[in-house]
Amino acid sequence: MIAPSEPRRPHGWQAPRASQGRREYSADLDKLEERVLAGTRISAEEALFLHEHADLLTLGRMADSVRRRLHPDNRVTYIVDRNINPTNVCLTDCGFCAFYRPPGHPEAYVLSRDEIYRKVQETVDLGGQQLLMQGGHHPHLLSDWWCELISDICERFDINCHALSAPEIDHFSVMEKRPLKDVISDLKEAGLGSVPGAGAEILVERVRKLIAPKKTTTDRWLEVHQRVHEAGLRSSATMMYGNLETPADRVEHLIRLRDLQDTTGGFTAFASWNTQPDGVPEEHLYPEKTTPAVYLRVQAISRIVLDNIVNLQTSYVTQGTKLAQVSLHYGANDFGGTMIEENVVSAAGCFNLESIPGLEAQISGAGFSPRQRNSWYGLINPAKDEPTGPTCREEAATHRAAPAGWISPSPSNSL
Amino acid sequence: MRPLSEPKDIARLQQRAAEAGLGSISEKVLAGQRLSSDDALALYATPDYLLVGMLANHVRERMHGDLTYFNVNQHINYTNVCNKLCRFCAFQRLPKQEGAYVFTPEQVAQKITEQLGEPVTEVHMVAGIYPKLPYEYYLDILRAVKSARPEIHIKAFTMIELMQIARRAKKPLEEVLPELIEAGLDSCPGGGAEIFADRVQKEGYHLKNTGQQWLDTTRKVHAAGLRSNCTMLHGHIETQAERVDHLVRLRELQDETGGLQCYIPLSFHPANTEWSHLPGPTALDELREIAIGRLMLDNVPHIKAYWIMLSIPVAQLALSFGADDVDGTVVEEKIYHEAGATTPQGVARQEIENWITEAGRIPVERDTLYSVIWSGNEELAPVGSAAPVLG
Repeated sequence: MIAPSEPRRPHGWQAPRASQGRREYSADLDKLEERVLAGTRISAEEALFLHEHADLLTLGRMADSVRRRLHPDNRVTYIVDRNINPTNVCLTDCGFCAFYRPPGHPEAYVLSRDEIYRKVQETVDLGGQQLLMQGGHHPHLLSDWWCELISDICERFDINCHALSAPEIDHFSVMEKRPLKDVISDLKEAGLGSVPGAGAEILVERVRKLIAPKKTTTDRWLEVHQRVHEAGLRSSATMMYGNLETPADRVEHLIRLRDLQDTTGGFTAFASWNTQPDGVPEEHLYPEKTTPAVYLRVQAISRIVLDNIVNLQTSYVTQGTKLAQVSLHYGANDFGGTMIEENVVSAAGCFNLESIPGLEAQISGAGFSPRQRNSWYGLINPAKDEPTGPTCREEAATHRAAPAGWISPSPSNSL
Repeated sequence: MRPLSEPKDIARLQQRAAEAGLGSISEKVLAGQRLSSDDALALYATPDYLLVGMLANHVRERMHGDLTYFNVNQHINYTNVCNKLCRFCAFQRLPKQEGAYVFTPEQVAQKITEQLGEPVTEVHMVAGIYPKLPYEYYLDILRAVKSARPEIHIKAFTMIELMQIARRAKKPLEEVLPELIEAGLDSCPGGGAEIFADRVQKEGYHLKNTGQQWLDTTRKVHAAGLRSNCTMLHGHIETQAERVDHLVRLRELQDETGGLQCYIPLSFHPANTEWSHLPGPTALDELREIAIGRLMLDNVPHIKAYWIMLSIPVAQLALSFGADDVDGTVVEEKIYHEAGATTPQGVARQEIENWITEAGRIPVERDTLYSVIWSGNEELAPVGSAAPVLG
């Protein structure tokens, strides 16, 4: 027997015993399932009850029924995209991050324009739809640098810049002493097409103070997304669980997202993954990695709670293709992106990438029809009678006058 | 039979089955009736993976509740030399080929001695067919293990190896088995069953035993008083009908002898084999195979999700799809790792207990014959007792 190198402390959370939970809480679970099947919203207390007492198959069945209601078409989407991290310089010193380097560190880097263009060209050659561009909180690369980068790319290539994150945008606003609205407006002007949901971690202050004390607060994270939506851009939402949060914190995180979505309708999708603590700076702070069963539990509960966020993305890059495939029957309807490269979680020893045929084989193997999408969940090359969905940020916007004939996406609209 | 699910939960299961056109199968499963070959084919055909899992889980919980078994074991593959040239195998070497090896009885004993500090209760010993090995060699390696660790349980020799041993002994297997038992053999593994259908055997492993020979040999093993397991290698060139045929023939054998303890669906891993162009099964294929095994083999007590082959995520999820066993901590597995399995070898016992618990199950350490060695719940599975099989 090979012992693990460093025994970590356990989570201290006990999964409900499957058959016992189903017996003991049968009546309550059934009432909840009834409501979920009917499309009725569940409360935070009810979500926590599910987290603590429902077994995986029951959760899967409930999440799958929500997925079927929102996506009756049996499609599973994915996007051909590339991850580019223009810089790894960051001021926030998050203890769970193995990617960043402080300013002046010998391994700190900023990619040259030529190198970025080469990466973009490779992506475009593959039929790529999206550049997922995120950096650290660099002290000098602020909104003007990013605006220039984005507009340079937009001038040269036909590809969407799905870039930055709420904490980075907040960082610009703070460093430049300008309101969020102005920063976002400049980025949009430069060509920013959509904003990823990164940096949410756990949207509960008690937890953020422990794991990311220098990073954007919960309220501010949500405010940035609200301003992004109001500016006519769509964004996605995420959660990184399995660190120092409790099940109630996970639920609170989901409810905060749901509340904002009720206001703006601007989130396209939600994705979650577990903390990857291997080799991170504050490794000692983190409990052992949660297991795949917890991933499906969290994902299924997210699908049930987030009734107003249409798409749920599985994270095959962190969870591996096997688990990602299974997760399509636990609420997910999107396989994420091809990414081509990944630098952040792979710095913590977690790295799974899949080719386009490989992704499609996993999706078809799960009984779904694989479809490429753009950043706004519109379909690329749709079949004849298929609705395409939005083809650009203007068509996807929830807060701008839409072009004639385009029905603005609402929580009940499945594309 | 103890009702584990409340009627409403059952009603929901039946409703979902009816929507998928599997209402009659669901009724049979709930009533504890045997499924037919056609039922199995329908379970392969449905796109509703979760439903198949829920049906299998119903049976699993009826039989085992939340109990989930593992053991602390050690693998010894005493030679990789083999003359069977099976097309699905990445482990075999010809005698003079680079990397070919044969352990001497002393080396086998050495492997056992190296693990004396670990609480290993079982050695799983299987290998290739090297015709030059004399009958005495097989007796010697059994004796070598027992002299190095007398209390260890030896689970050794697949059916093709037993056939080869009898050939070298120039005696019928019925006479050879008592001698092997005398030398230390305690039970037999279930590997090497592949797919019984002759078509697949001819195309994929024509030098190996036929399906009928596997079944006949297993019958002799049981007649000699030994328990054994059974397997099916799926995800290569076989059809679903051929899988169903395989399962039905296993079920018939078990009706006759009752000697099979556990069924283990084995996934074909294509890397470094002659069939490397085939994709191999996906995770959902693997989960469905576990589930259909549970549903069809109503007379085999345990279904194993062999984590070395499945990867930890799939093995953990298999615990909701009909499996109640995950195999062991496994020191030094070679066969699947030659075919590209990337699972960490030798998973610490704490880690296995942890992922069983996070799947909502109760970990129980068993010995090879399913007696409880350590229990996550003394009330449900007391140490020293036989693993309880309920419904």
